Amino acid sequence: MELIICIKQVPDTAARIKIAASQKSIDLADVELVVSPFDEYAVEEALRIKEAKGGKTTVITFGAESAGKALRQCLAMGIDDAIHILFEEFETSDSWATANVLASVIKTMPHDLILFGKQGVGTDNVQVPAMIAELLNLPQALVLTKFELIEEKKALAYSETEGGIAVHEILLPAVISTEKGMNEPRYPTLKGIMAAKKKPIKQLTLTDCGFTPAQVGESGSKVLFSKLSIPPARPEGKVLTGEPKDVVTQLVNLLHTEAKVI
Amino acid sequence: MNIIVFLEIKDNKVRRASLEALAEGRKLADKTDGQVIGIILGTDANTIAQDPHLALADKIYAGGDPLFGTYSSELYSAQLASIIEKESAGFVLLASTIAGKDFAPRLAAKLKSSLFSDCIGLSLDDSKRLIGIRPVYSGKLLAEVISKDSAAQMALLRPNIFPVVENPAPKQYAIEDTAPVSTADKIRSRLKEIKKAEKESLDVAEAQVIVAGGRGMKAAENFSMLEELATVLQAAVGASRAAVDSGWIDHAYQVGQTGKVVSPVLYFAVGISGAIQHMAGLTSAKWIVAINKDPEAPIFKVANYGIVGDLFEIVPLLTEEVKQIKAKG
Repeated sequence: MELIICIKQVPDTAARIKIAASQKSIDLADVELVVSPFDEYAVEEALRIKEAKGGKTTVITFGAESAGKALRQCLAMGIDDAIHILFEEFETSDSWATANVLASVIKTMPHDLILFGKQGVGTDNVQVPAMIAELLNLPQALVLTKFELIEEKKALAYSETEGGIAVHEILLPAVISTEKGMNEPRYPTLKGIMAAKKKPIKQLTLTDCGFTPAQVGESGSKVLFSKLSIPPARPEGKVLTGEPKDVVTQLVNLLHTEAKVI
Repeated sequence: MNIIVFLEIKDNKVRRASLEALAEGRKLADKTDGQVIGIILGTDANTIAQDPHLALADKIYAGGDPLFGTYSSELYSAQLASIIEKESAGFVLLASTIAGKDFAPRLAAKLKSSLFSDCIGLSLDDSKRLIGIRPVYSGKLLAEVISKDSAAQMALLRPNIFPVVENPAPKQYAIEDTAPVSTADKIRSRLKEIKKAEKESLDVAEAQVIVAGGRGMKAAENFSMLEELATVLQAAVGASRAAVDSGWIDHAYQVGQTGKVVSPVLYFAVGISGAIQHMAGLTSAKWIVAINKDPEAPIFKVANYGIVGDLFEIVPLLTEEVKQIKAKG
């Protein structure tokens, strides 16, 4: 099994987010960068499939120099190889430009399963996995809570849907993405961390991937961020006081007469 | 410019979120002298296409072939691409539902089109370029996004945000059959079955009313109290990450940054302190009610109405009170 995991380095979800002076991106100074939380489930799933079926795991990221740390974490978890497509202004690339770069590299590698976290936390586009499936002409099964290989090239893919669990039958090679709850990602062991330091990270430039800078970043994108803003503050609320019975009556009356939602 | 609106079916009707997209499509059409063209895929598409709620459309493509009966990202994206090309559509709108989010990026890549995810606002600039407003960093910020270099500009619209035209003026519109552009043997990922959940429940992502519990719920069995309130309110049950990580409730119910983004009209935060990741998921809730014993809990800063008190005492009283007011009508 050739398993490829695409990851993204993102600001920690607990971070306070500040808008950069350009108003088009966020200020990354003092923000801790981590592997996007959903991607950890994809890394774990790939490791488990390899443990069960054998094969090789390769993690890929498209990102700035700093993203090397995220790749190192995946190697420490037990991933075999890492590829870093270096581009400092990667965050100005939209999903389309990002998917094109990643697809061009994946195309040159053997692949049975391409795994993603369901979304990169932050930009929250949820677009790259399905775009890569289209660009590589592969089937997709996304936002999975369980993945089960039933034959060498066939799997059952489980995802949450309204009122239950949807079960898809999917032929490999394929693109999948992982939802929280799919597994419990392992922590890197000390031995893993030491071993990861020695594993090489293959660095690729845009030229190596056959791209010019004009084909990525803002100029290669179809969706541009024109402005970031802080959502309008919510109006001051009312704290209701009194005996439990009274406050509940007050609340229901307000919901009925003022908010008109009951 | 022609506008394509994907009209998704649920329970033999067009979903409300798709009717929201249809109304938004009508506005775009009126600004660009275009036609609104709906697409319905599913075995009963031809009957559903006659629903008078769809009279905002100028034309509807109905795909009633059995192949459309089970959702497939490969088939649905190929089908829409062929109609979009045939109609030289300038805009494509879809509801940001599970299916919409699943196949729209595939369709965008096929058409080399721009796609805005999860929009809460939509407008046009002077050169008819689509501008969207969408929450990023799960609602901590809003981004204005603009489309460029795209023949068909696409947007996924967050449910419960855009208004529906409840009773459009009756109008004749054309209904045209659309035959599958692909065959069963070419579909490599197909829905096999839906395993029904033990408990019938509404999906938190699209619910209009949500009753959510957090760390203050203290145990899994206490969520039955929230279910009772949810039942009288016809609401979905939700949960904070703390409650999910404690194992009291399944992840499918989680609201916030590593859970679902929600946009209800009314949200009850019960025993939820309001961690930054949770509050981020709530920014487009219209009305928020907080019930918490800690008066300093950050949730009170975003709540329209707050009750400081013991939730185990408050919630049952609330359920009773809502029952009474509902009974009065």
